[in-house]
Amino acid sequence: MAATATGVRTGPGAEPAAAPPVIEVRNVRQVYGGGVVALDGITLDFAEGRLTSLLGPSGCGKTTLLKIVGGLLAPTAGEVLVRGRAVTGPGPERAFVFQDFALMPWATVERNVAFGLELRGVPKAERLEVARHYIAEVGLAGFETRYPHELSGGMRQRVGLARALAVDAEVLLMDEPFSAVDEQTRRKFQEDLIRLREVENKTFLFVTHSIEEAVYVSDRIVLLSPRPGRVSRIIEPDIPRDGDPEAIRRHPVYLDTVEQIWHGLRQYVD
Amino acid sequence: MPHADSMPGRVPPAGGPGAAAAPGSEAGGSLLAWRLASVVLFCLAWEVAARAGINFAFPSFTRTVGAFLEMVLDGSLLVAYARTLEPLVIGIVLSLVIGVGTGVAMGLRDDVEWLTLPVVIVMQAAPMAALIPLVTFVYGIGLVSKVLAVMMLALPVIAMNSYKAVRNVSPSLLAMSAAFLATRWQQIRKIVLPEASPMIFAGIRLGVAEGFSGVVLAELLITPTGIGDLITFHRSVANFGHMYAVIVSIVVFAVVTVTALQYAETALFRPEKRSIR
Repeated sequence: MAATATGVRTGPGAEPAAAPPVIEVRNVRQVYGGGVVALDGITLDFAEGRLTSLLGPSGCGKTTLLKIVGGLLAPTAGEVLVRGRAVTGPGPERAFVFQDFALMPWATVERNVAFGLELRGVPKAERLEVARHYIAEVGLAGFETRYPHELSGGMRQRVGLARALAVDAEVLLMDEPFSAVDEQTRRKFQEDLIRLREVENKTFLFVTHSIEEAVYVSDRIVLLSPRPGRVSRIIEPDIPRDGDPEAIRRHPVYLDTVEQIWHGLRQYVD
Repeated sequence: MPHADSMPGRVPPAGGPGAAAAPGSEAGGSLLAWRLASVVLFCLAWEVAARAGINFAFPSFTRTVGAFLEMVLDGSLLVAYARTLEPLVIGIVLSLVIGVGTGVAMGLRDDVEWLTLPVVIVMQAAPMAALIPLVTFVYGIGLVSKVLAVMMLALPVIAMNSYKAVRNVSPSLLAMSAAFLATRWQQIRKIVLPEASPMIFAGIRLGVAEGFSGVVLAELLITPTGIGDLITFHRSVANFGHMYAVIVSIVVFAVVTVTALQYAETALFRPEKRSIR
């Protein structure tokens, strides 16, 4: 498939030469019980400091791939390497943001945010200090001692994000993080995510089913096709992300890329 | 016997007697007034019904209170409670330890589930009161039989609720704790137990309520001691005021115990529920 928009490089293997890969996915295949092939022959590299979206219609195995990278699921075949070492389970260099937030309802915001550090045995005063820093960074200062049920959906996901940031992992794995919040909150989140990337030098893997969201936030978009899940295309939209966040949504490359992806995906929509 | 399956999951548990007492925040004061009013109304109705002469064996409220005070003053009630509490407390403590332990283990491990689930289901479904005479054949009429009677009634519901509670723990929270590198033990302590605690406690409340039935049944069926003896004795000499006083006192005692457990749960495990209040 050829590039149709200027400034958009497409095709598998369009890797940037500069940054070394933090995560390498090698020939991953995932078969669920009953012989359903969720993923087949997935080989991908994720370069340091970049934000890559896994995009595709439901059933394409994007969340499955994220869980395999996160070590929450063992692939049927193939392997995942993080900094050259094979993944056998979750690790300190990867942090997860969950679609359903996964907050402990009995714990305050600061305990939820500090939970990763609590599990690692960091002393209480120290971990709460770290937690408060990240609570402020995601814009929740003043809500430290609230409980999740006192927060809106969007605020809960900010807690989930702060928790992932607090463990200071190199890689942030985000599983449709904004899909359970309303559209306005979602847009605000996307803008905040771009701003966050300027502060936090991390590698992001971002699963979404929203084309606009993927194009808006990503350096690189991996398009997956369903049944079995395969990499159908890799797109690197060249959109300037400094300056006015609203300008991105009017940028011609943004609009062209969204259109182009939609044309590629519509064949899979029933 | 109440079944664990009918228990609501995370909603503020409505379980045994007295569990409906979930105080609301600003309505707290007037709610208490309403409750007191309903108690007063009940006592009045009792008094009126008895004076109207429903049944010669139905004493009036005032006579019952008089009999109660009399038994408190002559010490017979205190002695009876001391006797009854011994098998009750031992039986309930054992049921708690074994029931919660087994239930949680069943929820966490498939092999334990395979081994013990059939036993628990049979114990929960069978009319355990019918087995009490059998226990006396084997263990005689002493303390052991009474403790066993309490446990036979209290243990299954506690074990069953603990098991279901652990099985109902949110998979997403388990995945979250795994992703943040929790060890299995941390996962149990920091996720499974707090998540399961409301339902485990609902089971404990039901179990304790069953335990009260167990101990009274034992004292009526095995050997008349303690509260059971007082009831049997006063019935045999047609002292109905005293008999009713004993019955009402054990009911109130059970309700107070079970309600206290509910407060203990909130204080121990679920601080966020406290903040709603």
